[in-house]
Amino acid sequence: MENGNSVGIVSYGAYVPQYRIAPGEIGRVWGADGEAMGKSLFVLRKSVPAPDEDTITISTEALRVALARGRIDPQDIGAIYVGSESHPYAVKPTATVVAQAVGATPYLTAADFEFACKAGTAAIQTCMGLVASGMIRYGVAIGSDTSQGAPGDALEYSASAGGAAFVIGREGMIARINTTQSYTTDTPDFWRREGQRYPSHSGRFTGEPAFFRHVGECARKIMERCSTQPADYTHVVFHQPNGKFPTRMGKALGFSDEQMRWGLVTPYIGNTYSGAALIGLANVLDHARPGDRVLVVGYGSGAGSDAFDLTVTDGISSYDRSTGTPVQEFLEGGVPLNYSVYAKFRGKIHLGGSSA
Amino acid sequence: MGTVARFWRETPRRYNLGGNRCAHCGSVYFPPRSVCPTCETHRRSLGHLEPFQLSGDGTIFSYTVVHDAAEGFEMQVPYVLALVKTVEGPLLTGQVVDVDPREVRIGMKVRAVFRKLRAEGAAGVIHYGYKFARVPEEGRPAAGAPARAAVPSRPDAPAVV
Repeated sequence: MENGNSVGIVSYGAYVPQYRIAPGEIGRVWGADGEAMGKSLFVLRKSVPAPDEDTITISTEALRVALARGRIDPQDIGAIYVGSESHPYAVKPTATVVAQAVGATPYLTAADFEFACKAGTAAIQTCMGLVASGMIRYGVAIGSDTSQGAPGDALEYSASAGGAAFVIGREGMIARINTTQSYTTDTPDFWRREGQRYPSHSGRFTGEPAFFRHVGECARKIMERCSTQPADYTHVVFHQPNGKFPTRMGKALGFSDEQMRWGLVTPYIGNTYSGAALIGLANVLDHARPGDRVLVVGYGSGAGSDAFDLTVTDGISSYDRSTGTPVQEFLEGGVPLNYSVYAKFRGKIHLGGSSA
Repeated sequence: MGTVARFWRETPRRYNLGGNRCAHCGSVYFPPRSVCPTCETHRRSLGHLEPFQLSGDGTIFSYTVVHDAAEGFEMQVPYVLALVKTVEGPLLTGQVVDVDPREVRIGMKVRAVFRKLRAEGAAGVIHYGYKFARVPEEGRPAAGAPARAAVPSRPDAPAVV
């Protein structure tokens, strides 16, 4: 998938709910050493959505920031794709609500994407094709989730909420997408069956044959095609189900801590699933300078990786990064919750006959 | 199911703060009106009220803290319900989210955010619309920005709840 026609990121925005819970507090309830769990996963705290937040509201907030920063007329958007594994409806698109809420309706195409944690990067690739072919002027790709782990399960220490929106276009690019590369196989490492409340996973199998193989092979292939080495990149962003996996992946591929610095956000907000790599990319763009080269490798269970080789353009200098909340504030801020309130917010308390 | 069509008709107002403005005197209305009551001759405003979208920026004009929740809001008590004076003029009623009710003050700057209003049970439709969130002191037009740093940010600092 060479990007022969110049296409790239025109604007972006991220959103993370304000509440946080720490692994120590989760472990306290389940009789586990949560702090040790947090340290081994390198997750210091995770974000928790308020009772009135979901993938639709998070996506809308992120896209509103992106449109304001890029001063983009929502009527110029030709496509909105929302990637998530926690769409509020099983049938009825998230993307239609988001499109209406930002004023992009009615002359556009919209759909929801699903590919575990990489549905947002798949949406970017789709938008690239539509923009490059001249079918649309701007395409919007969103990765957003309010993920849940079953109470007491290892996933509960990391599954969090957040999202990022990217406007893909040809005019006013702040980062050119040089190439994209995918790596896809049938690997059953993590899934959720229709009607099931919480996902299932195959434990350690999610590591080597799943995350590390797909992300590693995809990263190697895109660098081979671009004739680049790890040292050629200013920043690198991996999918980050925890802080440990992307750090280990980066070291194995030959990237330094400095290159991974801004792209690693999960230790501070938890695993935002479809939002994870994209919030990492948003944080990189918050700090990027013209000429910076960025490698992004997403991952979705089931399984596949999407990689992007980007070059930050001179356009970033005049781009309005002061509107909206910088990712760094989401990483540093937050209002801590105890497990009881967290359980209430996430609907984990059985309420008998109450409708709420 | 009776509320589905009613809420759907209100979508432009609830999602995008769509009001209207009198072309004669410039008065802004939310929800939109078909006649401008402030114009000298009401009849002259007929057909001259044009669509106008509020920015969502405003200040708290007055507020109350709700402890005995309306149906569907039980999970959020105590929550703040405020009259918000928008910069364009109209006074809007809305919930103020992501804030400790003890910190709410008359005159506090707020901005509209997009939130879930209520759901019609576990199988029914979900209604979305505007609520308000505090604008951080430095005046950054943030969408749901955390108002205070209460969690340690350094990787080596213990995260305590």
